[in-house]
Amino acid sequence: MQWMFLLEQVVNGLVLGGYYLLIALGLSLIFSVGGVVNLAHGAFYALGAYVSLEIGKRLGFISAVALSPVVVGALGILFERFILRRFYTADPILSLLVTFGLAMVAEQMIRIIWGAAPLPASIPQELKGAIIIGDFLFSRYRLTLLAIVIVVLAAIWLLLHKTSFGRVVRAGIQRPDMVAALGIRLQPYMTTIVALGVGTAALGGALFAPITIVHPAMGAEIITAAFVVVVIGGLGSFWGVVLAAILVGVVRGVTIHFLPPAGEPSMYVLMFLVLLLRPRGLLGERIEKFE
Amino acid sequence: MTRIDRRQVLKTGAAFAGGSVLGFPAIGRAQANVIKIGHLTPLTGFLGALGGYAQLGVKMAEEEINKAGGVLGRPLEVMSEDSVNPATASTKAQRMLEQNGATMLLGEINSASAKTIMQVAARNKRLFMSIGARSDVLRGKDCNRYTFHVDIPVTVMVNAAGQALLREGLVKGKRIFSITSDYLFGHDLAKAAKNFYVANGGNQVGDELVATDATDFSPYLLKIRQAKPDLVSTNLGGNQVTNFVKQYAEFGLPFPIAGFNLNTADAWAAGEGNLSGIWPTVWHHDLDIPSSKTFVTDFTKKFGKPPENHAWIEYVTLKIMAQAMTETKSTETDALIAYFEKEPQFDLLKARKGYFRSWDHQLMQEAYPFTVKPKGQAKDQWDFLKLGSAVPAADQPLEVLAPTKEQSECKM
Repeated sequence: MQWMFLLEQVVNGLVLGGYYLLIALGLSLIFSVGGVVNLAHGAFYALGAYVSLEIGKRLGFISAVALSPVVVGALGILFERFILRRFYTADPILSLLVTFGLAMVAEQMIRIIWGAAPLPASIPQELKGAIIIGDFLFSRYRLTLLAIVIVVLAAIWLLLHKTSFGRVVRAGIQRPDMVAALGIRLQPYMTTIVALGVGTAALGGALFAPITIVHPAMGAEIITAAFVVVVIGGLGSFWGVVLAAILVGVVRGVTIHFLPPAGEPSMYVLMFLVLLLRPRGLLGERIEKFE
Repeated sequence: MTRIDRRQVLKTGAAFAGGSVLGFPAIGRAQANVIKIGHLTPLTGFLGALGGYAQLGVKMAEEEINKAGGVLGRPLEVMSEDSVNPATASTKAQRMLEQNGATMLLGEINSASAKTIMQVAARNKRLFMSIGARSDVLRGKDCNRYTFHVDIPVTVMVNAAGQALLREGLVKGKRIFSITSDYLFGHDLAKAAKNFYVANGGNQVGDELVATDATDFSPYLLKIRQAKPDLVSTNLGGNQVTNFVKQYAEFGLPFPIAGFNLNTADAWAAGEGNLSGIWPTVWHHDLDIPSSKTFVTDFTKKFGKPPENHAWIEYVTLKIMAQAMTETKSTETDALIAYFEKEPQFDLLKARKGYFRSWDHQLMQEAYPFTVKPKGQAKDQWDFLKLGSAVPAADQPLEVLAPTKEQSECKM
């Protein structure tokens, strides 16, 4: 029986991995292409949650989940156009400072607009409750969430690997100078990547609003975990982030099974071990501009 | 020749006074007439939402007191800051006393931060009103003569909800699975809960610790399902409670749930339909007491939402402090301590008045168990708790639910 319980935790960890993935993937893309560590990423996650609640009040849950990433993605375009763009070639410490500052401004803005008290949010009636498959218990809502994550993941993978857009982006990650020499401006690509990245973070916020507390600092809570996933996965690697997100989810679940107080620190131990053995992360590529 | 307009001078002066509140404490110090009070409460982190309400409550009391002419003819000034964490709380408390001219300190919700501020108060021999921290140890082993405790201690919370659990037959001979917040308050609460269950024939089949920054509870929910308990008992704090009850509803587990700590703001954040079970509280905005109703109406008019229990407790505390300073005609620490130790009665906007016990400085007051209204009965988004009758009952002394002098480790 014991191993069944353990297996249940592993399966649950896979589902949870989807959650980490939504936030970490955009963070990794923005860093890989622009070389900018976006500390404001969590703020877009929080905005995604708040905007989805506003839309949800008027148009319902499905519209909220669909439109919130679009609205926040549009904010992402402004963010890239007017702020981030100035820092691609600057000293990394500057982009760290500016995005960190922006995260604080965003959190305070949320506090001013929506108040410091957390907002209530519920799962739509038809997605409530659990499904029991074999001996395993799954939350109906989380299974839906996992399906959405898989669709989003597939779409981003196809975009990056099967389109000319993706070819330019991937070339831009490795050799931005060569891309420039071929007469291609990377700037519009970067704008799209940022919009896409913060859009997926917003989707994470919209999807998680019904099952976690929606409050101004929710972005700051998730950003550290997202970084851990990116670092474990390795920069520039799509599958690295996927693998890392799943691994973090599973390791956390299994740790809680055996030693509950170590649940939250487990991901940091995992990061430590991965960095000891593979300093570039699990599937990290050698990227010349970062060496 | 330009004549300097008198109004202009006044305006400039006012601007400076305003500036002193915002960011120039050194200039403000020149105004010796003001009674300054240092206020610390968590505005960020997992207790930030509660701290937000605490700040509104203390500000509202400050305004009312000043509008009525202040205290001893002097205006009150509450300097309120985010206490962040225990280390920062202690640094800020020291700075408020040493540099900003605070005569006393009040506030806090986080028990670990309250503990460090208590040490600062004792070191500086200044009064600290520990308002929202509930750990037993603060008024037990760690008590000191400079600190007074306003909120109910965990033993009272456990007993308040516990009486209701006993009535429902959810304790004796039942299998109980506990989940506990992994910090000072949670451990303290878990200890009190365990004592209660052991004393009443409950059988604790699990007790799991959760980090305060955990947002996902799914692995814990799976373990609860595997344990198949008769009762799930939570000793969580702040955001954790909301996250837990939301996800408990998400997974649709069938076991009844109870908890020994739930602040109203955390319940509101869960949303209707997600919360169930039996919980304790220290005050609720639909309490049927005229003075309480007046406070709720005024607060709602001012801030557009009803007060949460931390807004209420900060409000009454500053009123208590104003009363103490007025009656002793003093802001001196020793005079105030001597006054409180005489156990005068204070209006708490409840049916019965309260008083600070002289030997452990704990405020004695009523508490209430509550359950959740059936779906569809809530009038608005703030109205889904169903308050039980006050404990202790009207014919019992207020002290029956609190630790006795023999049980307490407090030595002042």
